Amino acid sequence: MSIGWYLAVSAIVFCTGAFGVMTRRNPLVVLLCLELMLNGANLSLIAFSRMWGNGDGQILAIIVMTVAACEVCIGLGMIVAIHRRRLPIDVDELRELQG
Amino acid sequence: MSSILFFIAAIGVIAGAIGVVTFSNPFYSVLALVGHLLSLAILFLLLRAEFVAAAQVVVYAGAVMVLYVFVVAYVGGEEQSLNGTLTRRSRSRGADGRKPTGALFAGALLVELLIALLGSGLKAVEGAGAPYAPGPTTFGTPAYIGNLLLTRFLIVFEASSLLLLIAAVGGVVLARRRGGLDDDDERDRLTPLDLLRPRGTGTMVEGVEGLALAHARGTADFEDDDSGAHGGGW
Amino acid sequence: MLFVLGGPRALRANSGDALVSTTTFGWLVLAFPLLGTIVIGAGFKKLPGRSAGWIGTAAIGLAFLAALATLISLQGHAADHRQLVSSLWNYASTVGIDAQMSILVDPLSVFMILVVTGISTTIHLYSVAYMDEDRGFARYFAYLNFFVFSMLLLVLAGNFLLLIVGWAFVGAASYLLISFWYRRSTATKAGIKAFVINVVGDVGLVLGTYFLFKHTGTLDFLKAFKAAPDVFSSGEGDVTAGCLLLLVGAFAKSAQIPLHTWLPDAMEGPTPVSALIHAATMVTAGVYLIARMHPFFELAPAAQDVGAVIGCATLVIAATIAVTQTDIKRVIAYSTMSQIGYMIMGVSVGAYAAGMFHLMTHAFFKALLFMSAGSIIGAMGGEQSLDKMKGFRKAMPFTFACFVIGGLALSGIPPFSGFFSKDEILLVTAERGGWHWALYVFGYIGAFMTAIYTFRMIFRAFYGDPVEQAKELEGGHLYHAPEPTNPANGEVEDTDVGFPGPTHAIAERAMPMRVAMVILAIGAVGAGLVQIPNVDYVIDKFLEPSFAGSALYTVHTRDGLLWFGLALGTLLGLAGIAVAWRIWVKQPSIAVTARTRLRPLYTLFVNKWYFDELIAALIVKPAALAGHFAQNTFERVFVDGAIVGGTSGLVKAGSASVRAVQTGLLRYYAALVVLGVAALGLYFLLQT
Repeated sequence: MSIGWYLAVSAIVFCTGAFGVMTRRNPLVVLLCLELMLNGANLSLIAFSRMWGNGDGQILAIIVMTVAACEVCIGLGMIVAIHRRRLPIDVDELRELQG
Repeated sequence: MSSILFFIAAIGVIAGAIGVVTFSNPFYSVLALVGHLLSLAILFLLLRAEFVAAAQVVVYAGAVMVLYVFVVAYVGGEEQSLNGTLTRRSRSRGADGRKPTGALFAGALLVELLIALLGSGLKAVEGAGAPYAPGPTTFGTPAYIGNLLLTRFLIVFEASSLLLLIAAVGGVVLARRRGGLDDDDERDRLTPLDLLRPRGTGTMVEGVEGLALAHARGTADFEDDDSGAHGGGW
Repeated sequence: MLFVLGGPRALRANSGDALVSTTTFGWLVLAFPLLGTIVIGAGFKKLPGRSAGWIGTAAIGLAFLAALATLISLQGHAADHRQLVSSLWNYASTVGIDAQMSILVDPLSVFMILVVTGISTTIHLYSVAYMDEDRGFARYFAYLNFFVFSMLLLVLAGNFLLLIVGWAFVGAASYLLISFWYRRSTATKAGIKAFVINVVGDVGLVLGTYFLFKHTGTLDFLKAFKAAPDVFSSGEGDVTAGCLLLLVGAFAKSAQIPLHTWLPDAMEGPTPVSALIHAATMVTAGVYLIARMHPFFELAPAAQDVGAVIGCATLVIAATIAVTQTDIKRVIAYSTMSQIGYMIMGVSVGAYAAGMFHLMTHAFFKALLFMSAGSIIGAMGGEQSLDKMKGFRKAMPFTFACFVIGGLALSGIPPFSGFFSKDEILLVTAERGGWHWALYVFGYIGAFMTAIYTFRMIFRAFYGDPVEQAKELEGGHLYHAPEPTNPANGEVEDTDVGFPGPTHAIAERAMPMRVAMVILAIGAVGAGLVQIPNVDYVIDKFLEPSFAGSALYTVHTRDGLLWFGLALGTLLGLAGIAVAWRIWVKQPSIAVTARTRLRPLYTLFVNKWYFDELIAALIVKPAALAGHFAQNTFERVFVDGAIVGGTSGLVKAGSASVRAVQTGLLRYYAALVVLGVAALGLYFLLQT
C-alpha cells in the first residue's frame, strides 16, 4: 500500500479526535479524544518513517506515547481532584477561565 | 495480502475512533479506544515498526487504558448523549451549536488534510522506503530503536524520563487526599492566599460577574461583600 | 525736592571717574526693595513682632537714599551724557531680538524713582501704624515691597522687555494688594476686575511694542529712539498703530476712559495701598510711558491727539462723578482719575516737564489726602460713607489740617504746589493752538469742579454737628464698632486673617502716621516752588536731557497767557471753595433741591456715567455666556460625551466584544484551536 492510504487514515483519526474534543462534555471523554488525536499523529509519523527508511519517526512516536502517558496521568489526577471537591464533572460547568 | 490486512486494520482504527466519540457511556468510549489502539498496532506492524507496535499494545493499551478504566470506574462522569441533554442537569450555556460547529471545523480540517495528502500537495509521498532486510538490527527492530535512543536521541531519552518522573509526582500530588479534613470542608478552607487577595478581585469570575454569583459558585472570597455585586460592570 | 548742586563733587575722588558709578546706584535702588520682599516673604514666621514693617520701611528708605545718590551722581555728568545704560547680562540674543537685563538711568527715570521711593517710604511708615493689628501684617509689607520693586523696575527699564515685565509685575502687585483682605468677596472681585483690565492694557503694550520693534529692530530704548526718525515717517500707519496700542496700555494702567472702571473698585484695598498705588505710583505709569516714548509719539500726531482728548474727557467726567459720590475714598479715587487726566493730556500735547511736575505734586497731595482719609475712617470705626461723617473738626484737628492742605493743593490755590503744576499743563496745551483751546476750557471747568468736590468732602466730614463717633473721640475714646462690617455692603465679618484687624488707627494717636503725613504736607505745600514761572524752571532744566530730541519740548518763559491762566486758576479754585462752603456748610438744602431739579444729570453722575453697566453688557456678559456655553454645551456634551465618552465607550465595547471570546468553555477554546489549525493548513495548502 502506498503511504498515502496510511496518511489518509491518520487524518481521519485526527479529525475525529478533534471533533470529539470540541463536542463531548465529559472531561474524561475529552481526554480520550485527545488520545485519539495523538494516535493519529503517531500513525502519520510511523508512516513517514517507513517512507524515508529513517528511524527518527519511530523514536518520535515513542516519545509521543511517553508524553501522552504523562498527560493522561496528570489529567486523570485533576479529574479525580475535581471529583473530590464535589464539582460537576462537566467541561461546561468548569468555567473559571471565563473573562 | 498486506492490503487486506491493511483494510481490516484501518476499519478497526476508524471504527474505534468513531466509537470513542459517539458512545454516551464513558466506559464504552474507553473500550472503543482500546480496540482502536490494538488496530493501530496492527497498522504499525504493517509499517515495519515492530517495537513501536509492541510498545503501543503493552504501554498504551495495557497501562494507560487500564488507568483510564480505573478512573472511569471511580469518577464515572455523567452519561451524556451527543445531542446535549443530560439525565439530570438542564442544558447549560453553549450546549446547542457545538455539534454542528465542531463537525464543521473538524470536517474542514479533514478536507484540507486529505487534499494535501491525496491531491496536489505532498508530491513526495510516493516513496517505497527502505527494503526489507532481515536481521537483529534492521529497521524497526528493538535493537535498532535502542541503538537510536542511546546514541542520537540520548538527550531526548533522558528528558522524557525526567518528564515521566514529574508526571508521576504530579499525579500523586493532584490526587492525594489531604490528611485530616473532610471532603466537604475543602471548599471552605481559607488559605493564606485568600486572606491576601483583596475582596472582589480574587478570580476572574468575580471580576466579571460580581461577588454574588461567584459566591454561589463557591469560588468567592470568604468574607461577604455587601456593597453588592454589580453584575459584570467595567 | 531740592537738588544739591554741589553734591556731585562729593562723590568723586578726583575730577575723573566716580567711586561708584551712577548706574550702580540705579541697581541698588532696584536691589533694596527686592531684598526687602525676599526677607519678609521668606522669613515672616521668624520675624519677631512688627519688625516686618520696619524692615520694609528700611528697605524703601535705603532705596530712596540710593535714588538720591543716583541723582547726585547723575548731575555730575555733562548734560549730554546723562542717559546711561547699564546691562547686567544678555538675557537672550536670538532671532534678531536683543533682550538684556539693562536699566536706563537718565533724568526722567531718576525723577520717577525719587518720587516713587520718596512717597513709598512715607507710606510704609504710615502703614506700620495703620496695619498694626492686622493678621496679615508681614504679608502686606512683602507685597508692598514687591510693588515698589516692580514700579522701580518699570521706570528704570532700559528696554521694552523689562518695561513689560515691570508693567506686568505692577499689575500683579496691585491685584495682590487690592484683594489683600481676601476674605471679603467685594475685595476679591475688585482685585480681579483690576487685574483683568490691566491685562487688556498689557496686551496693548505688547502689541504696541511689536509694531515699533518691527521697524526699529531693537528692543533697547536708546537705540530705538535714535532709529525712530529714520524708520518712521510722520503719521505713518505702523507708528500710529503702535502708539495707539501703547496708549491702550497707558489708559488701562492710568485708569482713563474707557478702561477706568477698576480704579474706584480698587478702593477695597487698605487705605495706604490706595495712597501708594492708586494715587502716586502705579496710575502714573501711563504718564511715564507716554513721556518715555515721546520720540514715537511725536511721529504719530494722531495718537497724541487721541491721548489729549481722552485725557481731557476723563478729567471732566471723573470730576462730575466725584461731585456725587458718598464714599470718601471713592471721591479721592475719582479725583485721582481726573488729575491723571490732566497729566495724560499734558504729556500728549508735548508738555512733558509740566506733566511730570504735576505727577510729582499730585503724588504729594493725593497721598496726603488718602492718608488723612484713612485716619478719619479709623475714627469712624471702619465706616467710609460721607453720609455718616460729620463734625470731626474739633475731634481731629491734625487730620483736618492735613485734609485742608491737601485740598488746597488739589484745588490749585497758590502758593500750594498744585497751583503751579496744573496751570502749566493748561498753558502749554493752549500754546499748541487750534482745537486745543477746547481742552484748555475743559481743563479749567475741571479745575472748578475739582475745588467743589474736594471741599464738599472736607466740609461734609468736618463741619456740622458732630456724630457720635466724633463726640466719643472728643471725649478721648476711640470709637469701636460693635461688630466689624464690610463698609461696601454692610456684611458682618470677623477680624481673622483675610479681614481687617480689630483696631483702627488715627493720626492723632499714632506717631508714624503723623510723621508720614507731615512729610507729605511739607511736600504738598512747598513742592511747587521748584517750578515757579518766570522764576526758576528746575524741573524743565533737569529733564531736558531726556527729551533732547523732542520737537515739542521747550524751556522758555511765556507771559500774557501765563498770567491770565494763573489768575483764572486761582479764581476758579476760590470760587469752587466758596460754592462748596455755601452749599455744604451754610445751606445743605441747596444740594437736595439741585439733586431733584437736575435729576437726570444727577442720576448719570451718581451711576458713574453707566460705564460699568456698559462694559458688563458689552464684554462681561458675552464672555460669561461664552463660558457657560463652553462649559455646559461644548465641554459636557461634546468633549465629555462624544470625545471622551465616545472613545472610552468604543474601547469598552471593543474589549467587551473581545472579552466574549473568553467564555471559559474548554470546548470553545478547543474549537478555536482547531479552527486556527485549519486556517493555517489552508494557507499552506494554497501556497503550494
